[in-house]
Amino acid sequence: MATRGGLGQEARRSIALLAAPFSYAILLLAMPLGAVVLFSFWTQDFLDIDTTFTLANYEEALSQPIYRMLLGRSLWIAGAVTLVTVVLAFPIAYFVSFYVAPSRKSLWLFLITIPFWTSYLIRVFLWKVILGFNGVLNTSLQGLGFIDEPLTFILYNANAVVITLAHAFAPFAILPIFVALERIDRSLLEASQDLGENKVTTFLRVTLPLAMPGVVAATLIVFIPTIGDYVTPRLVGGPDGLMIANMIQTQFLRLNNAPLGATLAILAMLSVTVIALLFIWLNRKWLRTR
Amino acid sequence: MNELIRLRGIHKFYGDFHALKGINLTIRKGEFFSLLGPSGCGKTTLLRTIAGFEDPTEGTLSIDGRDMRRVPANERPTNMVFQSYAIFPHLSVAENVGFGLRKDPRSKDEKTRAVGRALEMVGLAGYGTRRATALSGGQRQRVALARALILEPKVLLLDEPLSALDKKMREQMQVELIRLQRHVGITFILVTHDQEEALVMSDRIAVMFEGEIGQLADPETLYRRPVSKKVASFIGMMNFLDGRVTAEGPSIAVEVAGLGRCEVPAEQAPGGISAGAITVGIRPETLAILYEGETTDRRVVDGVVDEVVYYGDMTYYDVRVDGVEKPLTISMKNLIGRPVLDVGAATRVVWDARSLVLLAG
Repeated sequence: MATRGGLGQEARRSIALLAAPFSYAILLLAMPLGAVVLFSFWTQDFLDIDTTFTLANYEEALSQPIYRMLLGRSLWIAGAVTLVTVVLAFPIAYFVSFYVAPSRKSLWLFLITIPFWTSYLIRVFLWKVILGFNGVLNTSLQGLGFIDEPLTFILYNANAVVITLAHAFAPFAILPIFVALERIDRSLLEASQDLGENKVTTFLRVTLPLAMPGVVAATLIVFIPTIGDYVTPRLVGGPDGLMIANMIQTQFLRLNNAPLGATLAILAMLSVTVIALLFIWLNRKWLRTR
Repeated sequence: MNELIRLRGIHKFYGDFHALKGINLTIRKGEFFSLLGPSGCGKTTLLRTIAGFEDPTEGTLSIDGRDMRRVPANERPTNMVFQSYAIFPHLSVAENVGFGLRKDPRSKDEKTRAVGRALEMVGLAGYGTRRATALSGGQRQRVALARALILEPKVLLLDEPLSALDKKMREQMQVELIRLQRHVGITFILVTHDQEEALVMSDRIAVMFEGEIGQLADPETLYRRPVSKKVASFIGMMNFLDGRVTAEGPSIAVEVAGLGRCEVPAEQAPGGISAGAITVGIRPETLAILYEGETTDRRVVDGVVDEVVYYGDMTYYDVRVDGVEKPLTISMKNLIGRPVLDVGAATRVVWDARSLVLLAG
């Protein structure tokens, strides 16, 4: 049955169904993003916005060392957070998948998500209490006689940012790795042993390669939001722990230079895109052979 | 006898569940041995015990004279073809087949050639670079075989390897497995719940029920002279009639319900019987329908056709005979001149005392 006079009934219904989410996406995603892109090519002229198209912001953002330093630090911190999170998440996911009785797995996953019951902000403040000069950690260690002077390298610097974010994103890393491990057919591990490999070599030759998609997913899930985080660096980062997002916020709100802020946001976004694409490509490479 | 595997008093408990109840078994070098039984009879547990994936709670296992206690699976001279095939999805066909060669001292080139030969042996020459997941069920099966055989194990363990294949493919693989086993000369131990598969492929079969071996024999003996009603009804089809032993000796005098008195050779009571009530077994193909105009010097009993099942090459008749509780199932080849009878037709059934099996109880 050919459709007569333009769109068939099905096509019209599809459009009607798509209209709402599509306009939602336009309004809430494409328009703000478009606005940011547009702003990045304008300039701030004291109180007004000069709407002449120019690359001046990009020149400034790329030539001033402060911006490059902040972007570099953001990438470095996000990388460190990702590494710490994924490396610590893997054994937890492995334990739950391989050593917890099947009937208890849901309970374990539920317990892992408990930190989410409190607000992110409160968790950051709690780390301040734990890591502070007179905080829980320092008082305990001093009380136990392990240290004489309070440790100062754990708060108001990059270390504190890494610790806090790694904790905040742990469940996001555990879950995809857990799912990937759950999907591994256990008879593959027996087959590997049957073919002469011991537990360690079986892990390296079978378990780990098959868990890689989960590891890559965990890496992306942790890395992408961390690079744009500005709450944690502001609260626990001190002057050395500030990241690019803090500068973007400063440009927009304090320095009233929305165009430069927009430019920095675009540059940060581009860096994330490049790294994300790299990981997706890596993942494809892993997945290609299956 | 060239014994290869010796199991003595193997018990296995899972909590309160007694999965293996004192298995004694000797498996010879180069034989095709089958463990046959219904699901849950312990056949897979026994196979996994030999492979080293299960530790027996009690008892000893030795392979080629070496005690296997505390020898892990990766150090045993056994290789297994898993029910799910367990093909590594992240590796190519050749990488799968060569998986176990990591510690092999041969050079890389020699290993590559060995993988090529193994693939050729299972009929997958030229498939080496393919992704393992792009293969069909039958091809995966062959990869699993090549992967195990390339290590030249003393024993190849096959855990229901054909159960996931369709009927045609299964029959083809049965023949190929037999040929392969003869070619490589390795001892094969097959676990299956399919009695036909076991009969076709094995040199010897151990029939297992509830953690015990019901009978251990070659296929023909198992089929013709089952030792118990359980084994008889698990292997093929069998009619069971009530009987009574009236005299024992070199031939046993039996009164069979519906058929009358007869003399049965003593070897037809392989499980041993005693005077009194017994069960008499008759295979459907040892009975025959006597058509109009045919004569026989064997014994004949009158009956009425109760059910007809037409299979093309064969027809199965259920024939009601006075004095026999259940209709007798008779299988007849559909030869020319033998019309398929209708339900309700009066007929004569030919039987022979030599084909009866006398079973206790």
